[in-house]
Amino acid sequence: MRERRLWSWLAVALGGLYFLLPLVGMFDFSMRMQRDGYSFEAYRVVLADPQFQQTFGYSVVLALLTIVLGILLIVPTAYFVRLRFPGLRPVVEFLTLLPLVIPPIVIVFGYIRIYNTSSVLPLTGSWWGTNLLILFGYATLSLPYMYRSVDTGLRTIDVGSLTEAAQSLGSGWTRILTVVILPNVFVSVLSGAFLTFAIVIGEYVFAALLNVGSFGPYMVWMGGNRAYEPSALAVVAFAITWACMALIQLVTRFSKFSSVRR
Amino acid sequence: MTTSVASLPAVFRPRQVLSWFGVAPFFVFATLFLILPTLNIVLGAFRNAEGQVTLENLGKLLTPSIRSAFWISIELSLLTAALGCLFGFLIAAAITLGGLPRPLRNAILTFSGVASNFAGVPLAFAFIATLGRLGFVTMLLRHWFGINLYGSGFNIVSFLGLALTYLYFQIPLMVLIITPALEGLRREWREAAESLGANGFQYWRLVALPVLWPSLLGTLALLFANAFGAVATAIALTGSSLSIAPIVLFAQIRGDVLNDPHLGYAIAFAMILLTAIANAIYILLRMRAERWVK
Repeated sequence: MRERRLWSWLAVALGGLYFLLPLVGMFDFSMRMQRDGYSFEAYRVVLADPQFQQTFGYSVVLALLTIVLGILLIVPTAYFVRLRFPGLRPVVEFLTLLPLVIPPIVIVFGYIRIYNTSSVLPLTGSWWGTNLLILFGYATLSLPYMYRSVDTGLRTIDVGSLTEAAQSLGSGWTRILTVVILPNVFVSVLSGAFLTFAIVIGEYVFAALLNVGSFGPYMVWMGGNRAYEPSALAVVAFAITWACMALIQLVTRFSKFSSVRR
Repeated sequence: MTTSVASLPAVFRPRQVLSWFGVAPFFVFATLFLILPTLNIVLGAFRNAEGQVTLENLGKLLTPSIRSAFWISIELSLLTAALGCLFGFLIAAAITLGGLPRPLRNAILTFSGVASNFAGVPLAFAFIATLGRLGFVTMLLRHWFGINLYGSGFNIVSFLGLALTYLYFQIPLMVLIITPALEGLRREWREAAESLGANGFQYWRLVALPVLWPSLLGTLALLFANAFGAVATAIALTGSSLSIAPIVLFAQIRGDVLNDPHLGYAIAFAMILLTAIANAIYILLRMRAERWVK
């Protein structure tokens, strides 16, 4: 047993080394912009860059809109599939898994072929169209995470009884969904939302191929043209990913304390 | 003749019709932004510029440059999937069966959640800052140990560098998937094996691994697909100097290199085919693995 514990510590220590060194390296590099010692100069330069503010702000707005669209698409679907169409369940599960199976670069290639300027629906031709298209693309990428977390949330509540109770009190579908169902699966929705945020905020392939000025292409441009700023950007991106995961854990834990024990 | 609502098939009752409006937007959305774009690519792979059915595009995949790009991609994905499985398994085994303190286990699982999502451009930057020409570890090795990493032929912008970088999201994914499977190994199985006189090696060979192998192979397939579809990490790390399949397709879509959209379709189709097979293997083996987990 003691020997086994020794090997375990060794495995974890070596793994820790591999996983921590790039983080240390990235942090170290991001602080070396001034020659006479460590400083936050690279962060100051990045944060003051109008391009950063613009692209980052754009990506944040895009991520939030993606989350809203994802909720609008997935919550009613997951709810009605559970309540009325259990037979559709495998179909919806399959469809929501597809974005994990088909490489994103292929999906965006399809968009460019279908929605180009010479097609029936020339979305890529205009500013609005392109933004809509990338929003739809990101919502597509978020389907697996959104559906699975919402469906897990629905599993823990009695959808049928809640619906009948609400109906007997005179609620219509919109009211049931917004006032009864959504609050009950809110924690699950939040988990899916944070994961979506983490994925959308630094996404590169969709943005680059649809020619959208978001955070991902900005990072790549910086990577090709600057030395220390990319590391600062990587630290920022890592912090965002970390924050999203921490928030997921936080809301999940919070829900465990607040939910009624059955 | 009047038909009462109740005698209609369930689907046509008013309430059911309303429910259809609840799911319809999803299906319209999935058709427009998932199914049709993919179908367009798949069908395009089998048509020429005049719209006739042909296998010519797929034949072009066998030209040396495309074939080698796919080959490097497959090698890279297989290598990082295999190593990711191996190291991920060791870490997962250490935190589940190794008698390590519980908080450490939770910390590692949380970190795995973060690291498996920390892919793409920032990950590439982190590795350049660490193992690049002026990177942290490169400098450390030179100043402390007198090892000249780049003098010995290493370069982060290479197959090896890319593999090292991919492992950063491959290993955590393995840890996340295989930890529940390892926790599903019952203590009684081990005790039963030991009471029948099995040693540790025999227990693993005859009991644990036969239960685990569908999970292990399935995750291998998933990691393969995961690496195969990764584009942003590779582009941010290597620019376009390393010719792997997704980068060739990226360049093709941008119109930088080749100018034959149907060849692009064929590359994309081959990519879908490979990731679809890998995912199908994963799903099938996963269903098999779940037989043991109640």
